[in-house]
Formats: sequence, C-alpha cells, structure tokens
Amino acid sequence: MEFSFDINTIWFVLIGVLLAGYGILDGFDLGVGSLHLLTKSDLDRRILLNSIGPVWDGNEVWLVTGGGALFAAFPDVYATAFSGFYIPFMLLLFMLIFRAISIEVRSKEEGKRWRAFWDRAFSIASMAIAMLIGVTIGNIIQGVPIGKDKELYITVFEMLNPYALLVGMTTLAAFMMHGSIYLAMKTDGELQKQVRGWINNSTIFFVICYATATMATLIYIPHMVTPFRAHPEFFLLAFLNMMAIANIPRETQRGKDFFAFLSSSAAILSLMALFAVGLFPNFLVSSISPEYNLTIYNAASSETTLEIMLTMAAFGIPFVIAYTISIYWVFRGKVKLDNMSY
Amino acid sequence: MTTELWARLQFAFTISFHYIYPPLSIGLGIILVIMEGMYLKTGNKMYEVMTKFWVKIFALTFAMGVATGIVMEFEFGTNWATYSRFVGDIFGSALAAEGIFAFFLESGFLAILLFGWNRVGKKTHFFATCMVSLGSMMSAVWIVVANSWQQTPAGYRLVNNGGVIRAEITDFWGMVFNPSSVERLSHTLGGAFLAGAFLVISVSAYYLIKKRHEEIAKAGLKIALLVALFASLFQLFTGHSSASGVAVNQPAKLAAMEAHYDSLSPGDLYMFGWVNETDKKVYGIAIPGMLSFLIHGDPTVPIRGLDSFPKDEIPPVNVTFQTYHLMVAIGFSLIGLTLISIFLWWRGKLFTSVLWLKILVVSVLLPQIANQIGWYTAEIGRQPWIVYGLLKTSDGLSKTVTSEHIIFSLILFTLIYAGLFVVFLYLLDKKIKHGPEAKTKELDFSENLRMTE
Ligand code: HDD
Ligand code: HEM
Ligand code: HEM
Repeated sequence: MEFSFDINTIWFVLIGVLLAGYGILDGFDLGVGSLHLLTKSDLDRRILLNSIGPVWDGNEVWLVTGGGALFAAFPDVYATAFSGFYIPFMLLLFMLIFRAISIEVRSKEEGKRWRAFWDRAFSIASMAIAMLIGVTIGNIIQGVPIGKDKELYITVFEMLNPYALLVGMTTLAAFMMHGSIYLAMKTDGELQKQVRGWINNSTIFFVICYATATMATLIYIPHMVTPFRAHPEFFLLAFLNMMAIANIPRETQRGKDFFAFLSSSAAILSLMALFAVGLFPNFLVSSISPEYNLTIYNAASSETTLEIMLTMAAFGIPFVIAYTISIYWVFRGKVKLDNMSY
Repeated sequence: MTTELWARLQFAFTISFHYIYPPLSIGLGIILVIMEGMYLKTGNKMYEVMTKFWVKIFALTFAMGVATGIVMEFEFGTNWATYSRFVGDIFGSALAAEGIFAFFLESGFLAILLFGWNRVGKKTHFFATCMVSLGSMMSAVWIVVANSWQQTPAGYRLVNNGGVIRAEITDFWGMVFNPSSVERLSHTLGGAFLAGAFLVISVSAYYLIKKRHEEIAKAGLKIALLVALFASLFQLFTGHSSASGVAVNQPAKLAAMEAHYDSLSPGDLYMFGWVNETDKKVYGIAIPGMLSFLIHGDPTVPIRGLDSFPKDEIPPVNVTFQTYHLMVAIGFSLIGLTLISIFLWWRGKLFTSVLWLKILVVSVLLPQIANQIGWYTAEIGRQPWIVYGLLKTSDGLSKTVTSEHIIFSLILFTLIYAGLFVVFLYLLDKKIKHGPEAKTKELDFSENLRMTE
C-alpha cells in the first residue's frame, strides 16, 4: 500500500470523520433509545426522551451529510453500496422514520396505549438501526461480491452471516454503553442510580462482543490485518482504544461522568479509525477479485469536484462545529421538563 | 409493469409525500420570524403566545419533513444508481452543500427555537428563529439547484470514465446558476410562502368562526394576508419567467404544457381543455396567439410544436397540460382570494363575514395542490429525460435492483406513510382545536427535578 496524502485521501478521511461524528453523536441517542424500555414510569421515559430531545435531529444530520459527501466525492461507492444493499438500507430508512416520528409524537397524547406503542417503536427502531449499521459494516469488512461492472449482487441471507451479525451486536453494545454514560450526565436521583447499573452491564456486554469480533477478524479476515503488519504504528490505535475502554469504569466510579463520556467517544472514534485503516485505500473490497475493489481512486469524482467540495467543507465545517458546540452548551446539565418538552 | 415504472412510481410517491411538509416548514418559518419580531418590537404578550402556538405546529411539520427527507437523500443511490454514477460529480456536490450549509443550520437552531425559551435571552431566541428560517430556505436553494441542473444542465462536460460516460463539472458557478435555477428557486420559495401563509389564514379564520382566541386570530390573519399578498403576486411573476425559460431551454416541455403540436402556427393559450393525444387535438377554450404573445411579445410568431420532436422524446402531453393549467388557475385564485380578503379587511368586514371565513378555512388546500402539481408539470414535462437531453430516465436505473425489491419497499412505504399521514392530521387537528395557551405554565414535576439537582 503506497500512502500519499492527496485529495482523494483527504476525502476518505473527511468522510470517515463525518461517519465517526455520526457514530459518536447519534450513537449515544441510539443507545438511549435502545435502553428506553428498561425504564418503567412515564416520567422517567420522558426524561430519557428529553435528554436527547434538543440534539437528536442535529446528530442525524451527520449521517445525511456523510451520505451527501459520499455521493459527491465517491459516486460509485454511493451507487454501488446503496443499490447493492437495497433491502437493509430500506429497512434502515423505515427505522429512521419510525424513530423520528415516535420521538415527536410520543408525548403528544395522554393515552397509555398510545404512549406504550410509540415507546416500543422508538426503542425497537433504535436497536434495529444500530444492528443494521453494524451488519453493513460487517459485510464491508468481509468484502462483498462486486463484479467488473462495479455492481454488487448480494442476497439478504448472504448478508446476515454470523460475522456480520456479530459486528451488529458489537455496534449495538457500543451504543448502549455510550448512551448509558450520556444518561448518567443527564439524570439524577433514583434514575441515575439505575443508569449506573446499565453502564456496568453494557460495558461488559460490549467488551465481550468486541473481543469476540476482534478474534474473528484476526482469524477469518486477513486483508483487514495486512495494513497493520505493514505499518505497525497503527497498532497504537488499538492500544488507544483499549485504554479508552478501560478508562470508562474508572471515571464512572469516581463520578466523573463527563470524562467517562469522552472515553467512550474516544473508543468509538478509534474503532472507526481501525476500520478505516484496515480498508484503506479501498471503500468496498470485492470478494471476487481485488481488481474490482472500489478504491478512493477508481470510484472518485473528478479532481475539480473534490477541490470545490474541499473549499466548501473548509468554509462550512467551522460553522457546523461552532454551533454544534454552542447547542450542547445551551442544553448542558440535567434534564428539565417544561411545557415545550416532548 | 417494468422496473422503470416501479422505480418512478416509488420516487414520485416518496417525493410527493415529502413535499407536503417542506413548503409548510419554509412558509411557517418566515411567518414565525415576523411574529416573534413583532413580539420583540412591541413587547406585546399576545405575540409571544401566538409565536409559541405556531412553533408547536411548525415542530410537527418539521419532524415530518425530516423523517421523509432522509429517504430522499438515499433514494438516488438505492433506486437510481446508474443516474447517480452519471451525475455524482455535479449533483452530489449540491446535495452535500445542502447538508453542510442548510441542514446543520436548521437542526441546530431548531433545538433553541423549540426548547430554548427558558434557556437563552429573547434576542438570542429570535436569532435562532431567523437561522432556522434561513436554513430551511437554504435547503430549498441547494436541492432546487440540483434539480434545475438536471432540467437545464450547464457548467459540465461529458467524460469517459473507465468505459462509462459521466458528467463532470467544469464551472461550479455555471452549474449553480444554470439557466433555470434562479427562476425555479424563487418560484419554489414563493409556493412555500403561500403554503405557510394559507395555513395561518385557514386556522385563524377557523378561530374567528368559532369565536375563540379572537385577538390572536385577527393578528395572525393580518400578518398572513400580507405575506400572501406579496407571495401570490411574486408567484405570478416568477411563474411567468419560468415559462419563458422553459420556452427557450425545454421547448418540448413548453409545447406539452400548452399541447401545441403544429410548429408552423402561433401558440394559443388555453384557459382549460382536454388533450386527445392520438388525434393531437385539444378540446377547450383558448386565447388565440396569446402564448406567442406572452413569450415573444407578438401573437403571430410560430412556436415550436410537438410534431417537430422524435416520437420517443415527447413527454406525456395531457398530464403535463392539466397539471400546468390547474396550477395557473390556482395561482390566479390565490391572488383573488388575497385581494378580496384585504378589501374586506379595509372595509372592516373581514372578521365577521362567516361565509368568506369559511372559504378561507378550506383555501389551505390550494397552495398544497399547486405545489404538488407544479412539480408534476416540471418533472413529467421533462420526460423521457432524467437529465435533460443527456440521460434518459430508463437508463438511470439501478442495475442490481429488481421489480420485486421495489415493490417490497413501495408497499412498506405506502403503509408507513399512510399511517404517518393519519397521525399527522390527527395531531394537527388536536393542536388546532386546543389552540394557543394564554399562560405558559411549567409542569408540576419540573420543580421537584430542579430541587434534587
Ligand atoms: C423546496 C424545498 C425542498 C425540496 C424540493 C426538497 N426538500 Fe427535503 N427538506 C426541505 C426542503 C426541501 C426542508 C424545508 O429543509 C426540510 C423539510 C422540513 C425539514 O425538517 O427540513 C427538508 C428535510 C429534508 C431532509 C432531512 C434533513 C434533516 O435531517 O434535518 C433530507 C435528508 C432532505 N430533505 C432531502 C431532500 C432531497 C434529497 C430532496 C429531493 C429529492 C428534497 N429533500 C426535496
Ligand atoms: C434531483 C433529482 C431528481 C430526480 C432524479 C428525479 C426523478 C424523478 C423521476 C424519475 C420521476 C418520475 C417521473 C414520472 O413518473 O414520469 C419524478 C417525479 C417527480 N419528481 Fe422528481 N426528481 C428529482 C428531484 C425532484 C425534486 C427536488 C422534487 C421536488 C420536491 C421533485 C418532485 C417530483 C414530483 C412531485 C414528481 C411526481 C411526478 C410524477 O408523479 O410522475 N423531483 N422525479
Ligand atoms: C400564477 C400562475 C403560475 C404560473 C404562470 C406558473 C408557472 C410555472 C411553470 C412554467 C413551471 C414549470 C417550470 C419548469 O418546468 O422549469 C412551474 C413550476 C412550479 N410551480 Fe408554478 N406557476 C404559477 C403558480 C403557482 C403557484 C400558485 C404555486 C404554489 C403555490 C406554484 C408552484 C410551483 C412549483 C412548486 C413548481 C415546480 C418547481 C419549479 O419548476 O419551479 N406555481 N410553475
């Protein structure tokens, strides 16, 4: 693998950043959603909902923009992946719809059955989204049957193989861990005690899934490991990742929930980075022949477009970061309900 | 049915459903800016209550817009992969710009608009409202630029990329300001303002009939009527420039809009009519030569007719004709409704003439219909091209996606959207019946929570 820091590489990194941003930000609100049904009282459920209330939509925009950027910078990847993974993507879209709507409408009606219905929709959709993202990542890690025509022909059953499901579980576990830590910052009293229990359990669940998935990758997926043999310095990422995970229980025990949250964010970020290093310079690895891999070169837009987009990103992203931070700042602290709340 | 038809049906269905909400969000957004601006300027509590009421309705349309919009973002890849490969270089950048410059802005400040009342100062809150409104208009900018590029491509060249032809950008601003983007953007925004204004008009009229929340209803009605006055005239003007642009850039579409077949004769302007596509005849009432007059300023100039195009490059004529004429009819009706209402207002009769108020209650449907069929005119009139003159719709499909795939997803979309629509109408109705709240009371348990902090 020859490494040169050209504009295609920059865009590979930028799209990685957008998707990692999505994983970190939407990750915690998907996690909160996955844990939602563990609370029983209506008040607790409303607190959970409103902990993510002001931010979940902005978090999702990271996915939308990641998709848009992929379309613009690597149209072949966008076209091949989305049409090839048609059914799972459609399911993902349906789940995103359900989730958005359940958050919005759940508390608009008093009825018990109404609320119970949307509570379930919200929670199941959150879990399903995490699983679907993980399953897709699992398939991308394994490599998929892409032919000479850049098209991907795969059935749903082929996609639902044990390895992909394992990555799906790992993703779900990571988001639950991340979400429960976020909730610890946002709640207090009895509810917070309950949340602390979730942190422990979900961290254990995550570590088990993650260890199994790592073993499976080392054994069954050699092409993900080669880049690390060639560039051992990338093992540092794996090390960082482990440190971050190990730091979580330490910080929670000291009651430093914010630092625990930073640690779990770092864990997700380094996981994404490991994934990206393993893939580079490919986006999609063909299981038919390496010749048919979709790489950052053969799937890219013209250089002019990549340059124009880089200017746009340089102009826009500072603003995005500035107001993302200000929004989180405005809504810092424990959840308070008022008559505009969900 | 072929895969192509299923794919088109699915796209048409999902975009039509999405497009119920963006015009409401954009239109209400600008009206919220006016209402909250009035509150800031006058300090009158009534405007605060009014703003808070409409914010709740706005939140609902916005949520529906977000939920259905995400589908659109990815549908190009799932259903139109070959098209995506062809246009990605150009179209993709507009879509990405929409994310960076519009969606982040909207969704970020929306948080403050909805939940920030007690957390930021009045001025900051007003600023957030302005940003949400700006963001929603920005998203219209980029998506309409993208769509206009596929209607009237510019600033590109065709390049052979590994055996496949695709369009690559040569001139970014040439692409952004392609021949139709400015007039189509202004026309789309005008349509959105009308959608928002007539929602406020309709709900206010309803309260006046029921004699509830009258003070707020009167003030809301006035604000909305002024927006509607501006927007409906603007709509006539931008619609006319759109039509003149279509005459130059997409002559087959123009000919279909007026069902003009004969290239040697001047174009007539139909008030209404029915097109028999086999006989190439229109049955209806027309002003002779008026089309030529509107476009060339001279009623005797011939207009290029459908008979001069190859058979396989003619769009469906009657559908284009009908949707176009209905839109124009609605355009004039809206101008009429607004002018009469303002006249009644001036005469001091607006708030008491129940019959007229009843008409205003139902008028909310007109801009919605016009917005939908406006897109139908533009999109069906573009057929058989997906990128005008460059790529046919039938060549834009995903190669790996079969009819069964699409039917599966289309059935699910239909079920889910039907359910969503019922929930939307139910909650909208509930909110309207409930009406604005005079007092903004904190919920009881919020006190307890704060104490345990
Ligand atoms: C005239 C304006 C307009 C048009 C033609 C479209 N949209 Fe839209 N869209 C909006 C105006 C808008 C909006 C006003 O910005 C929305 C509606 C309410 C909202 O939340 O944002 C929105 C929401 C919205 C979202 C969710 C954004 C979020 O999560 O905040 C996406 C991904 C899209 N749209 C994508 C599309 C695509 C791919 C379209 C074309 C096929 C499209 N929209 C047509
Ligand atoms: C930019 C990429 C777009 C593509 C590739 C596209 C493609 C298509 C296609 C293939 C159809 C079906 C046409 C037919 O059945 O005759 C269609 C219809 C339609 N499109 Fe677009 N379109 C795009 C953008 C938009 C946008 C931005 C809007 C506005 C919201 C829009 C509004 C519509 C509407 C309302 C229809 C329905 C017409 C019908 O029922 O056939 N489209 N579009
Ligand atoms: C007053 C008379 C009107 C005229 C002469 C007119 C004209 C046009 C024309 C020629 C187009 C096609 C543009 C193209 O294909 O590029 C169009 C599209 C459209 N119209 Fe109208 N229109 C009028 C009123 C309205 C009203 C009242 C609304 C909505 C409230 C509306 C909403 C739309 C929309 C959403 C589109 C599709 C977007 C676009 O192509 O710009 N129109 N109109």
